Amino acid sequence: MRYVTVFILSLIFWLLLTFKITVPNIIVGSVASLICALIFTRFFIHNIYKLIQPHRYFWFLIYLVVFIWECIKANFDVAYRVLHPAMPIRPGIVKVKTTLKSELARTLLANSITMTPGTISVDIIGDYLYIHWIYVRSEDPEVYTSMITGAFEKYIKKIIE
Amino acid sequence: MNNMISLIFITIGILFNLLGCIGIIRLPDTYNRLQAATKCVTLGCCSILIGVCFHFGFSDAGVKALVAIPILFFTSTVAAHALIRGTYHFGIKLGKKSVKDDYKDAVK
Repeated sequence: MRYVTVFILSLIFWLLLTFKITVPNIIVGSVASLICALIFTRFFIHNIYKLIQPHRYFWFLIYLVVFIWECIKANFDVAYRVLHPAMPIRPGIVKVKTTLKSELARTLLANSITMTPGTISVDIIGDYLYIHWIYVRSEDPEVYTSMITGAFEKYIKKIIE
Repeated sequence: MNNMISLIFITIGILFNLLGCIGIIRLPDTYNRLQAATKCVTLGCCSILIGVCFHFGFSDAGVKALVAIPILFFTSTVAAHALIRGTYHFGIKLGKKSVKDDYKDAVK
């Protein structure tokens, strides 16, 4: 069942990329999707019935809005730091605990952190994310944990777990 | 009308790309430079792609531009993560202005 899902998703992706519906195109796409499904299914999510639960998509849309807003904020933040004559930076690497368990959720969280203002994820070891922060605002672990992951963790938990 | 919207998006994208390049020149060490490079260049390129999508409308080029946006997001964030981790393991020190380094204990 998981193989079939990966096959269908890759075929849709192929049709979007090539954008013409002819018989030779669909045959080539099917072969390519079959190869993808055989190789990459073991990296796909384990419980595929999560894909057809509508409330996850609802939370995903809200997450997307929050994410785009944070992303735009991040750009103005970098622009401000770069163009300011005195360059107000105070960089450092901080350690942040995450409560997310599945690998996909952690990947999504790390990617979101990379695109938010002033932070970029360096590594995950155990339950801890190591974040490079361009302006360390606080020395207290609880305060900066909620500042960095607080915006996303609850949405990602609702989307994936 | 579509032409104007696409021009506005492409202009914003080029502006952000320019800011990212200025950041790469001005910021002091590799880690901070990666910050500027990742954020500004990703959003700049996405903005340019949205502009391209508006320019071509619902045709093959437009849809391809839209499909490229999520791919760009995932690949650039993963690439930044791999680069910054590789930089640290290669042995390049954090800049002089740095105030905190929790990762040092974890690597050993």
